[in-house]
Amino acid sequence: MPLTTLGVGGREATERIDRQIKSGRIDFGGRMFAAMLFSSLALALLVLVVLFADVFGAGIGVFTTRAESFLSGGLRTKADSAGVFQAIRGTFWIAVFTVVLAFPIGVATAVYLEEYAHKGRLTRFLDLNIRNLAGVPSIVYGILGLTIFVKHLKSFTGGATPISAGITLAILVLPIVIITSAEALRAVPGTLREAGFGVGATRWEVCRTLVLPYALPGIITGTVLALARAIGEAAPILLIGAVTGLLPGQEGLLDPSQLTERFTALPVVIADWARTPRAGFDELAAAAIIVMLVLVMAMNTFAIILRSHFERKRN
Amino acid sequence: MVMTAKPVECGPVEEISLPSSIVVTPAAPLPKVVFGARDVSVYYGDFRAVRDVNVDVYEHQITAFIGPSGCGKTTVLRCFNRMNDLIDAARVEGSVTYRGVDLYHRDVNPVEVRRRIGMVFQKPNPFPKSIYENVAYGPKVAGIKGNMDDIVEKALRSAGLWDEVKSRLKVSGMSLSGGQQQRLCIARAIATEPEVLLMDEPCSALDPIATARIEDLMQQIKNEFTIVIVTHNMQQAARVSDRTAFFTTEVNSESDTRTGLLVEVDETDKIFSKPSDERTENYVTGRFG
Ligand SMILES: Nc1ncnc2c1ncn2[C@@H]1O[C@H](COP(=O)(O)OP(=O)(O)OP(=O)(O)O)[C@@H](O)[C@H]1O
Ligand SMILES: [Mg+2]
Repeated sequence: MPLTTLGVGGREATERIDRQIKSGRIDFGGRMFAAMLFSSLALALLVLVVLFADVFGAGIGVFTTRAESFLSGGLRTKADSAGVFQAIRGTFWIAVFTVVLAFPIGVATAVYLEEYAHKGRLTRFLDLNIRNLAGVPSIVYGILGLTIFVKHLKSFTGGATPISAGITLAILVLPIVIITSAEALRAVPGTLREAGFGVGATRWEVCRTLVLPYALPGIITGTVLALARAIGEAAPILLIGAVTGLLPGQEGLLDPSQLTERFTALPVVIADWARTPRAGFDELAAAAIIVMLVLVMAMNTFAIILRSHFERKRN
Repeated sequence: MVMTAKPVECGPVEEISLPSSIVVTPAAPLPKVVFGARDVSVYYGDFRAVRDVNVDVYEHQITAFIGPSGCGKTTVLRCFNRMNDLIDAARVEGSVTYRGVDLYHRDVNPVEVRRRIGMVFQKPNPFPKSIYENVAYGPKVAGIKGNMDDIVEKALRSAGLWDEVKSRLKVSGMSLSGGQQQRLCIARAIATEPEVLLMDEPCSALDPIATARIEDLMQQIKNEFTIVIVTHNMQQAARVSDRTAFFTTEVNSESDTRTGLLVEVDETDKIFSKPSDERTENYVTGRFG
């Protein structure tokens, strides 16, 4: 003990401080709260694990017996030869159209609303309505897509094609992309903008070189979440005219000629197989769900990599 | 609000024509007015933050703004480079001229204003970019030609930061200490070679050595620039400034709001030795009242 009791103000003071700073170590309220938080996390994880276990248990057999023919085969009426290739292909092209349309339009809208528009009654009104649009049931977008893109703009989209489905889903997720991008922009510190304007940058320069790079990780995360939602939607693309049962086309994944043909997609195929009473189709549905989960997880992983890349860049 | 594009005459002018019969001994030429604020009030929404500011800022001088916290020093400073435009609720009344031109005329381009009138903010706010890019940003957007490495080095040297960062110009400006960040912001502001430098408490996070460096820098560059500095450090105002403006707040007892106002502006010596207003005297002598 390097300190003498004399040096720290007497034995009595030491004892008093000792008592005071060592009391109340056990915070019961806090521990209860932490336990509650943990149990809700555990519950959510448990549900997820049960779901996964169920799906994997049912679907894994398809992969062990005929992984290749399942992944490369097309829609068939016989359970032992049906495959998901056409569905993967359709979902891929729908996703491409969705991203290519929803990302730039959504980000541009958010930038306009957050960085350019004067914050007044009109912007508040627009903001509110974008939020409302994000809550509109997807089937409504399906009806919209059917009337506008499949029927009225048939000469442009080719009717019930991946193009129509992609545009419809882009419109479906556009509000989500706008909202999450706007939130990412709002999280950019105002002092960053001030610093840019302070050295004589224009609004466009401040946006492009300071605000957008800072907000990019958040924008990317929002877009990927929106995309994951889009490729999981079955109802709107069923209305657009996604095919179930049998689809003749055998083009490769990247063959553009399929863009003007009839199409199918993973969620539609899953729903159809799950409803089919014939033997073997339940397992096929579970296997297709596994494919879809893997796709979504791959997308999320890609998003996380992109996100951390841009986060490192903004350091 | 005065809305005239043509030069507004304000303050002393350099040449006065005199009848040739009068013999004048040549005196030192009167300094030119860079900023003229006339009856300036600034509102944030309905709240009047500061009222009736009348002040001239002269070329090649250092003008200090002093006064208690919340009296509107920052607010007034931000009027001089149209920074208040960025706050939707802020509104400037009265007239502010920059070399005789009404700064708030609707044809004035705030970007051009800010390229000429640089600013160092109260809180250090480096860009989340490398040290080098922080300094090079302003010259780049202004389209300044020349060797960027030299520009960056010169600015960092002037701000007294070069020796500390010369070996790591590529690391992020955010990774510097608070005081280093503030000097980086000073370097960033002077890299564009503005005509005027507005400095909002540039030394509040700096140690005495770095502060002395910045004060030296101010003395050096005032031959080329004009400087307005907000400071809470009375000695600093007395040391560096040529003129001092003292602001205070008055409390509106009905609405319980505080409005800042300019009490007086004069030669720094006079403000600190025999100010004309009692409130100034109380403040500079430490009897806050
Ligand atoms: N963006 C803003 N919105 C609303 N009110 C503001 C804003 N900025 C400043 N104010 C108000 O204006 C008044 C003056 O603020 P200002 O920042 O100019 O004071 P200051 O003299 O610089 O104070 P300090 O010495 O503490 O920096 C304060 O009452 C403050 O609350
Ligand atoms: Mg201030």
